Amino acid sequence: MKTTETSPAAAELGGEQPPAEKTGSAPAAEKSAEGKVLNVFSHGMLILWAFMVVMPLLWAVVTSFKTDREIFSSPWSLPDSLQFGNWTRAWSQAHMSDYFLNTLLVVGGSLLGTMLLGSMAAYVLARFEFPGNRFIYYLFVGGMSFPIILALVPLFYVMNNLGLGNTFHGLIVVYIAYSLPFTVFFLTSFFRSLPTSVAEAAFLDGASHTRTFFQVMLPMAKPGLISVGIFNFLGQWNQYMLPTVLNTEPEKKVLSQGLVQLAVSQGYKGDWSGLFAGLVMAMLPVLAAYIVFQRQVVAGLTAGALK
Amino acid sequence: MQHGKYRFIVGFLAAPMAIYALFVIWPFIQSIYYSFTDWTGLSPEFKMVGFKNFERLFSDEIFWKSLQHSLLFVLLLPLVTLGLALFFAFMLNVGGRHRKESAISGVRGSSFYKIAYFFPQVLSIAIVSLLFAFAYNPNSGAINSALQAVGLDSVQPEWLGDPNLALWCVMAVLVWSTVGFFVVLFSAGMASIPKDFYEAALLDGASRVTTFFRITLPLLWDTVQSGWVYMGILALGAESFAVVHIMTVGPGGPDYSTTVLPLLVYQKAFRDGQAAYATTIGVALLVVTLAFAAVVMRLGRRERLEY
Repeated sequence: MKTTETSPAAAELGGEQPPAEKTGSAPAAEKSAEGKVLNVFSHGMLILWAFMVVMPLLWAVVTSFKTDREIFSSPWSLPDSLQFGNWTRAWSQAHMSDYFLNTLLVVGGSLLGTMLLGSMAAYVLARFEFPGNRFIYYLFVGGMSFPIILALVPLFYVMNNLGLGNTFHGLIVVYIAYSLPFTVFFLTSFFRSLPTSVAEAAFLDGASHTRTFFQVMLPMAKPGLISVGIFNFLGQWNQYMLPTVLNTEPEKKVLSQGLVQLAVSQGYKGDWSGLFAGLVMAMLPVLAAYIVFQRQVVAGLTAGALK
Repeated sequence: MQHGKYRFIVGFLAAPMAIYALFVIWPFIQSIYYSFTDWTGLSPEFKMVGFKNFERLFSDEIFWKSLQHSLLFVLLLPLVTLGLALFFAFMLNVGGRHRKESAISGVRGSSFYKIAYFFPQVLSIAIVSLLFAFAYNPNSGAINSALQAVGLDSVQPEWLGDPNLALWCVMAVLVWSTVGFFVVLFSAGMASIPKDFYEAALLDGASRVTTFFRITLPLLWDTVQSGWVYMGILALGAESFAVVHIMTVGPGGPDYSTTVLPLLVYQKAFRDGQAAYATTIGVALLVVTLAFAAVVMRLGRRERLEY
């Protein structure tokens, strides 16, 4: 990535190089011209897509510092002066602080529960043979391909009957339940890939199965736990459909719902700048965390599909 | 390892199984059962009505529209998204000029591209949808004012307000938010293809296009296939619900031009008080999802290439 010089000795793949002495025949020259067009086109596409991804995000950040009038009269210009008032208004008056707190609470609980229950189930399914093992495994894994909305209709009433409707602990349990399929699927194959000898040694030394799991196997499974933990964190933090159906009380809304709510209500009030501030406020922490933990996030999110 | 084995297994599986059974499996079974009843969801009383709901499906115009849109999503979105992602990933990993030390390499700045392309993946689909709802705003949105700025005053589409355009606008947002994930996923897959293969192809004078179709794609096939299933499930499920629910008027409008199956399930159950009919639509969605996964697995089956 540092050097751009082309090596005369290297063979040509696309033929950006002028035909050298070695391959100076007519077809090669044709190919080279073709390669150049292809090259410009491909690079253009790469740059265009990067632009298309980054522009809307930058636009949102810039817009969050403008006045409402500026937003409508000149959507693309820079603000005359930075309106930090938008941000404070969104944070306190538009309840962004509440939404953040609710989300933290729910995701904190559900992430912990998902990781604990998911790794327990996966460990047993990966390491112990017993009748019904495969059946239970496929029961979990099958949940990944089912359309969740189908279950949500009865679930809404199940929750209300159990007194869990519109409660944080109810939402936490549901998040855990719907995160288990992928977590179990991923961690089962991860536990299988760990060596058995360490656990056996611990067991021979008199450690119980439970102790072996918590003090030997979990620390060994740390890379897998981090990957699936990041995956679950983002999935649960960004969750929209589950809370939309199950968590309808205004003051209990989580971040994604709250923003949509905000869009509706600010639309009436005409406070678009406050809404943009809210959007950016929700966007930046996740983007910042991604840039810092880039390698782990990418590994976590792509790990499942590469298995 | 036998001592107390079964007690341990039961102890570890009990909690995850209980939560999963109660909140995921049980509602699924219930909803299939409810699809044969006249349950409204508003009162606990209902009676069996046989296949009446399914008969109603066949004459329900809005159901057919939703089905049509969902089918379009599941056929087109994976094709466009994976196609773009494969192209970008190939450029980033193999498309670059040649260095002295290696036969193949990515274009300059490929790590920057990978970071930027992945941005949408970490954002909530709710945030992305809201952002684009503003960008599409016909009067002061980013897109139309950009068109104005380059002198295209006459081209000012209504975007989400135009029944002929709205569905495409929604699909574009789904493509925008998912391409980056697959670029990174395929990049990881391409990195594990041995360099000798490319070197051999180069020596034989293969062009970049040939190299892609003869080497990269076949060796990446497993990843592409699981990506295909993943993208299809996403296009039929929660993501399409969120995008349509947040962005479109109605939601599902204008004039039912953007309605999709998960949205229709939601509306029938929680807006119209027709819970039984909603589960019937959900069952149709389940059939489509499973059929899609089966077709992709079947069509995609090839001899596994070991390398």
